[in-house]
Parts: sequence; structure tokens; C-alpha cells
Amino acid sequence: MNDMPKIEQATDMTDSKISANKVQVYYGDTHAIKDVDIEIQPRSVTAFIGPSGCGKSTFLRTINRMNDTLDICRVKGSIQIDGEDIYDPKVDPVQLRAKVGMVFQKPNPFPKSIYDNVAYGPRIHGLARNRAELDDIVASSLQKAGLWEEAKDRLDEPGTGMSGGQQQRLCIARAIAVSPEVILMDEPCSALDPIATAKVEELIDELRENYTIVIVTHSMQQAARVSQRTAFFHLGILVEEGPTQDIFTNPVDKRTQDYITGRFG
Amino acid sequence: MTDATLSPDGAKAPEKTSAQPRSLYATDELTKKRNASEKRFQAYGIAAIGAGLFFLVVLAYSIISEGIPAFTRTVLTVEFTVTQEQFDDAESQLFKTRAYEVVFTEAMSTQFQQKNIQVPFDVAAIERIVGKPGSTIREFYRANPDQLGQPVAFELAASSRVDGYMNGRLTRDNITDSRFLQKSDLDLVDVLVESGIIQTVFNWPFITGADSGVDNPGGAGIGASVVGSFFMMLVVLFLSLPIGVAASIYLEEFAPQNKFTDLIEVNISNLAAVPSIVFGILGLAVFIQFMHLPQSAPIVGGLVLTLMTLPTIIISTRASLKAVPPSIRDAALGVGASKMQAVFHHVLPLAMPGILTGTIIGLAQALGETAPLLLIGMVGFVARGYPDGFVSGFMDPNSAMPAQIYTWAARSDFAFYEKAWGGIIVLLIFLLSMNILAIILRRRFERRW
Ligand SMILES: Nc1ncnc2c1ncn2[C@@H]1O[C@H](COP(=O)(O)OP(=O)(O)OP(=O)(O)O)[C@@H](O)[C@H]1O
Ligand SMILES: [Mg+2]
Repeated sequence: MNDMPKIEQATDMTDSKISANKVQVYYGDTHAIKDVDIEIQPRSVTAFIGPSGCGKSTFLRTINRMNDTLDICRVKGSIQIDGEDIYDPKVDPVQLRAKVGMVFQKPNPFPKSIYDNVAYGPRIHGLARNRAELDDIVASSLQKAGLWEEAKDRLDEPGTGMSGGQQQRLCIARAIAVSPEVILMDEPCSALDPIATAKVEELIDELRENYTIVIVTHSMQQAARVSQRTAFFHLGILVEEGPTQDIFTNPVDKRTQDYITGRFG
Repeated sequence: MTDATLSPDGAKAPEKTSAQPRSLYATDELTKKRNASEKRFQAYGIAAIGAGLFFLVVLAYSIISEGIPAFTRTVLTVEFTVTQEQFDDAESQLFKTRAYEVVFTEAMSTQFQQKNIQVPFDVAAIERIVGKPGSTIREFYRANPDQLGQPVAFELAASSRVDGYMNGRLTRDNITDSRFLQKSDLDLVDVLVESGIIQTVFNWPFITGADSGVDNPGGAGIGASVVGSFFMMLVVLFLSLPIGVAASIYLEEFAPQNKFTDLIEVNISNLAAVPSIVFGILGLAVFIQFMHLPQSAPIVGGLVLTLMTLPTIIISTRASLKAVPPSIRDAALGVGASKMQAVFHHVLPLAMPGILTGTIIGLAQALGETAPLLLIGMVGFVARGYPDGFVSGFMDPNSAMPAQIYTWAARSDFAFYEKAWGGIIVLLIFLLSMNILAIILRRRFERRW
């Protein structure tokens, strides 16, 4: 079922951050993800593209086990992060999610102050011993998310009172605050205008130095701008995965070619 | 456009548009129809609200006009003296209170004569006007023997007929001579009102007092049953809120979706529709006959009302938990919060206004519930010795506001009927304040996201 070029996979095996093996996801009787094998590189951006309903979000959510919250969802196969199977019974999903952060399609700050939004994660994980340390974490997370200048004078104001783009960067800051190693982003810019989008893309590019990022996007241009590798999904199958350059200029599979040239969707 | 294609000549429409542009000034048939039906619907709505308001005003007017007399009472303010000899004499008799009444009426009749009251009257008339002052006078002097021999100002309750005459329930036209009151007595009453002896004052004993026997409507008060209702509401609040909220959080956030939880869900909805009398008989069988809890006690009433209130609280709590956007849960889980942390740190605070409103509505419902209380004996109860040692706790026999109102309404003396209306006003004041509290809490806790 897997049409991915085998040569690519072999070279990446050694140092990949996330490696998925024969992953199947079922929603009740619906087989949403079929036999997906993929290696994701550390400290790089991997983009998932594909037509609506092909299973991008579903697969993304298996990486931090967000699908566990859905009763009807079952996952088979194995996903390893740093060589550890995240579906092993020994793994606590709460610990996993501290290591694999997530940014959602719609900005969803807590209805609390900007400060509390960022401080929530460190608080529940006990990352700061005192208020000064917590202040440091909040400040550095906001700085990394490029929001410090706009937010430093209004830390006590509600996060929900910010603009959409600011809210999304606040959500990124919130994810960064628990020092994750991987950040998953599900269409993080789909609710943003071009200027806010550009800011978030710039941010993603900077974050790549320290984090492994997986981003789902519907914008081919965005995938091309921010990602080093791209994976194309279709009807629950991973059709093709490779360096972004190659996927966009020289796709192997006919379906990939049709999709990126806009011939179906 | 859609309208055009839906109309019979829809097929031709595109040609028409290209041929000649349609004017926006001319309203077409379909739009006219649509606007008319919209107007009609608004008129129905306004009419419905108007009818609702009308009934509300009628209801409020009749409750207030019928109930207000219960809040006033007619008293005789008189000053008289009991000497040591009279006291000793009365105490030595068999019917002691009666002896005081004789002393009192005689003193009054000389007082009235001195005051130059022109209307003819006799001792019996004074007796008919004043209710039964004997025990009041006796208790006063037994408690304050040092007051014997000097004038004391008394405020004595008038009989219920005189009370009725004062507040307009009885008039000279509809009164019939009886051993309780005669037409000729009214002349004396009028004169006494003029000279300031008979007065209408605010009826504090009604607010603070306990129920009296059937022969003494003037002394009946709702205070004891307010206390009874208060204890019951405490039981209901402290049992149903934690149990209800815990059950809903578990069902809504943690329970797996399967046949068993579906069954529980259906049953909770059904329980909300079970008639309250069923809960009453259940309480009688389980709490009183099986567990041997005391009859007529607020604890039993509270337990029964808790059973009744739980489904209401569970349903409204689940609805408000459901209304919290799932994105908030995702956000919390996404930064590594456990399910419980997500619920308690984020979901519950957002659901709080809804939960509180539901709880208060449930409590208000319980406060007004009568039927189950009839079955566990919180009705037809007359307090003796109130306030000492009575209605002091969860275990002492008591009544509750609605049960008390029911008792009064069922009694034959018209004065009790008045009390029932007065009791309803008190009950409504409590319900109204609970609703206002619900609104205030809602405003306070409400946060936008
Ligand atoms: N909660 C769910 N319950 C049942 N089926 C689901 C659920 N979520 C997704 N699916 C199904 O799984 C398939 C993949 O959905 P998914 O949301 O992963 O698509 P997607 O690629 O993210 O689409 P989009 O680009 O529109 O977001 C779809 O066929 C969808 O109907
Ligand atoms: Mg999606």
C-alpha cells in the first residue's frame, strides 16, 4: 500500500526523531489511516499536505495521543519517539503531551490572563520552583513566540482579548513554555490574515533550530516556505514523502503531481 | 437567486435577467408574502408575551390583595392593674386564665365608663372583642410578680372577627350575630378605634411565630416553618450539589460511551419526570419505616427533596459542561494537563454559572414542593412552646412553608385562609430572592471566551 520511495527511508532511519510503522487509525468502522510509515527528522519542519478528509489531522493527533480522548478512535501499529513506543502501556499520555506540544487550528487561549495562559503548563508540570523562575519561563516563552513586545505591558489582560494572530502566537508560547521537543501544528494559520500568517511562519522557521515541528497545512505555498520535508496524504494513505523541494518540483507519484498542480482536491 | 429558481418559471429566469435587469424598488410577490408572514409571527409573539404579562399581573394582584391582611393584626392597647390579692385569688382557682379574663373585662368596663363612652355595652361584649387575653396576662404576671399593684400597658390581640372587621373581610352587612361577635359590638369597636384603643399594627408574630391551634388563627405564624424549610434546604444543598456535580462530571467527561451509561442517562431523564409524591412515599418507606429516622423531621424532608432535586441538578450541570467549547479541553490536554486537571482547572470554572443557576432552580423547586412532605408527616403540625426547644435542628419535628400553607388553606376559619395567602407571599419572597441570587452569581462567574 505504501508508495513512498524506499531509498529515502533507509538513509533517514538512523537519526529520525519520530518514526511511525504501519500505523492504522479507525474511527469506529471507518479506516481513516492506512499503513502509514514515516520518519520525521529532528530540528526540522515537516509539512503534511493533502485534500480535505485525507487524514492529516488524524495522523498528527496520533503523535501526541490526542486521539485517546475520542472513545471511538483506535490506533494500531507503532509510533516511536526517540526509539520509545508511545503506545506502550507504560507510557503516560500526560507525560507524552508535555514532550510533544500541540497548536490547534483555531487559536484557543484559556479565558485567563496572558500570563496565566503561558504559566499554566509550567505550573502543572512543576517546572518552576518560585515566582521568579515562573516569570522567567513566561518571559522567555513569549520572547521565543515573538509576542513579548506586544504582550509585556498587558500580561494581566485576558488572552482572549488579543487579535487572532496574537492569540495563535500566544498558543505557541503556551506550547513552548513546557519545553517540548516536538511541536505539532494543525493548520495554525488558517484563521489568520496574511500579515499574521507571515509572522507565524517566520516564528516557525526560527523555532526549527530547537524543536522538531510537524505542520498540517492546506497552503502549498506555506508548505514550500516553511518546511524542509513534505508528506502528501490521500484517502488515509501516505502517498509520498520527501524533501519539500523534490515534492514540489519533481513528484514521483501521479496523485501528488495532480494535487500540487491543483487538478484535484 | 434561489427564490427565482424555486418559482414555477424558474427555468426562464436566467434569460429574463440577462434581457432586462429586475428593479429593486418593486417588491415581488414572494418577498411580500415572506414579509407578511414575518410580521404575523412577530405579532403572535407580542400577543403571547402580552397575555403572559396580563396573567402575571392578575396573579400578583390577587396574591397581594388577599395576602396583605395576614401581615397586619388588630390589637387593643390598654393599661390596667392587677393587685396582689387578685393575683392570689386567680391562682387559687381551677380555671386560672378564665379568672384573669374576669378581672380584665371588669377593669375595662370601668375604664370605658370613665372615658365617657356613650355606646351601650356589657362585659360580654368586651370578651367578644378581645380574643382570649387570660393566658397572656397570667404569663406576664407570673414572670414579673414585681409589677403587681401598679398599672401595666398591655397590647392584646383582638378576636379574629374584629380583625376581619378591621381589614374589611367582615362588614356590618355580612356579619351575623353569634356568640363570637354581634352586630351591636361593632359600635363599641368603632368608638374604641376612634379613641385609639384598637389599632392595626404590623404582625410580627406572623413572621416569627409558629402555627397555632385551629381555634386561634390570630396567633398563627409562619416563622417556625421558615426555619423548617431552611434546614431542609441545607440538607438538599449539601447533599445534592456535590453528588449531582460529581455524577455529571463523571458521566460527561470520564464515563465511556456504552449501553450501560446510556441506560443511566435515560434513567436520570426519567427520574426528573417522576411525580414528587412518588419520592414522598419512597421516603416514607425507606427513611422512616426502614431507617427509623424521626417523623416530620427536616432531615427526612431534606433527604426526600434531595432525591427529587438530583436529576434537575445533574441535567443542568451536564448541559453546562457540554456547552464549554471542546477547544478548551484540547488546549489543556495539549500542554500535558491530565483529564482531571483539564476539567477542574478549565472546564468547571467555565460551567460554573450554569451549574449554579441549575442548582438554585432545583432548590427553588424543592422549596415549593408540598406533596412529598404530606407523606412524611411535615404537615398538620402545631408547635407548642416555640421558640424554646423547638425547631432547633434537623431532627426535631417541624413543618415547611408550603406544607404550612396547605394546612392553613385546609382549615375552616376564614382567618386561616388569609394566613395561607400571607404564607404564599413569604414563600414567593424567598423564591424571588433565590432567583435574584442566581442572576447575581451568574453575572459574577460569567467569563467570555
Ligand atoms: N471524530 C471523528 N469521528 C469519526 N470520524 C472522524 C472523526 N474525525 C475525523 N474523522 C474521519 O476521518 C477522516 C480523516 O479526517 P481528518 O480530520 O484527519 O482529515 P483532514 O485531512 O485533517 O481534513 P481537513 O484538511 O479538512 O482538516 C475523515 O474521513 C473524517 O470523516
Ligand atoms: Mg484537519
